[in-house]
Amino acid sequence: MSLPPQLAELVDDFSAVGPKDRLQMLLELSRELPDLPERFADRAESMEQVHECQSPLFLAVEVGDGGERPVHLFFSAPPEAPTTRGFASIMYTGLDGEPAATVLDVPDDFYTDLGLGEAVSPLRLRGIAAMLARIKNQVRAATG
Amino acid sequence: MAGTTLAAMALPNDTDPKLAEYAHPERLVTTGWLAEHLGDEGLAVVESDEDVLLYETGHIPGAVKVDWHTELNDPVTRDYVDGARFAEIMGERGITRDTTIVVYGDKNNWWAAYALWVFSLFGHADVRLLDGGRAKWADEGREMTTDAPKIDAVDYPVVERDDSKIRAFKDDVVAHLGSPMVDVRSPQEYSGEKLHMPDYPQEGAVRGGHIPGAASVPWARAAADDATFKSRAELEAIYQDEQGLKPSDDVVAYCRIGERSSHTWFVLTHLLGFDTVRNYDGSWTEWGNAVRVPIVQGSERGSA
Repeated sequence: MSLPPQLAELVDDFSAVGPKDRLQMLLELSRELPDLPERFADRAESMEQVHECQSPLFLAVEVGDGGERPVHLFFSAPPEAPTTRGFASIMYTGLDGEPAATVLDVPDDFYTDLGLGEAVSPLRLRGIAAMLARIKNQVRAATG
Repeated sequence: MAGTTLAAMALPNDTDPKLAEYAHPERLVTTGWLAEHLGDEGLAVVESDEDVLLYETGHIPGAVKVDWHTELNDPVTRDYVDGARFAEIMGERGITRDTTIVVYGDKNNWWAAYALWVFSLFGHADVRLLDGGRAKWADEGREMTTDAPKIDAVDYPVVERDDSKIRAFKDDVVAHLGSPMVDVRSPQEYSGEKLHMPDYPQEGAVRGGHIPGAASVPWARAAADDATFKSRAELEAIYQDEQGLKPSDDVVAYCRIGERSSHTWFVLTHLLGFDTVRNYDGSWTEWGNAVRVPIVQGSERGSA
């Protein structure tokens, strides 16, 4: 079990700073979350809602056919939910484009190493755990 | 402000006619009133949101942030911070004991009402809600900024929290069985159905249902579409006419962890003028895990 390089780098960046700066990093990540591509615009119902997030978050996972079955992630969350957007952005930055097997190998509790519990509260972190679990479920379904 | 020795006078009340109908109109201000008084000596504006980062994306100019998860809760014991920590939280935000505080937030002021309730546990005299909260201010196109406010820290006295009047503990609720109670969660949480949904262990309780005898009034029924509170007549129609509660009743309100029910506590206490309303902050995460407390499932109130 190991983290893909981009995710490992994020974990390192977060753990290198104090709680206040972690919150600032999460805010910056929330701004970097890519917009949903046009092709999802009229089929929002095909996306999966992550109910564990405090604010509405929709998620779509596509697994490529070729070689290592690269995983692509798509998220939709409103601007008034920056924390949820930040969590989604961690997933996107850390996992998008990675092989299916690598995504499935990410430890379910990897987020504890981000050190966000103190900055955000453990309760709010449920959202990120649920996001990873749902991504893995969809990857399993697509590759199984 | 630091450097001044005279205690600031409380700010005038908002004389808006809609607010004037409520039992305690001095507990609310309109967005227009706040815009007019921003920057006044003796006023502090506090934002408290569900989303811990929302304030950082833009806030009312001069507003400070208080986050209940990370600031108002004790980090170890399931309780609120003590008087010493509360004094630090207020003082470092430039708030004195005489400051008029206006709290606002996201989601119909859900968390703002919670912050107001906690401030009330410490007996802060003049604390008000912004009617309509963050959404109304933003929707009206009023100014928002990401600039951090310039605050001079002041001394806030160490005041002991008074848990005896507006807060109920589990033993209080056991003793209260048979008296009026309001469950402000969703109908699915009230009936107990919600805990049985697959894949959603989010309630953190091992039993579903409600406390026997509790009326079901989801908290957001008190909010209008623009996130302001419904008019007094509309609120009376819900809580008094429909649910049969009386202003002289001794009422306990609860939800999952006590946040949504502080919104209802605000409505009953300050808008409808109920004399005795306590918020049971242990709420379902305590009751639904407690051994041998009575529980009713389904949509009927049931009795103890």
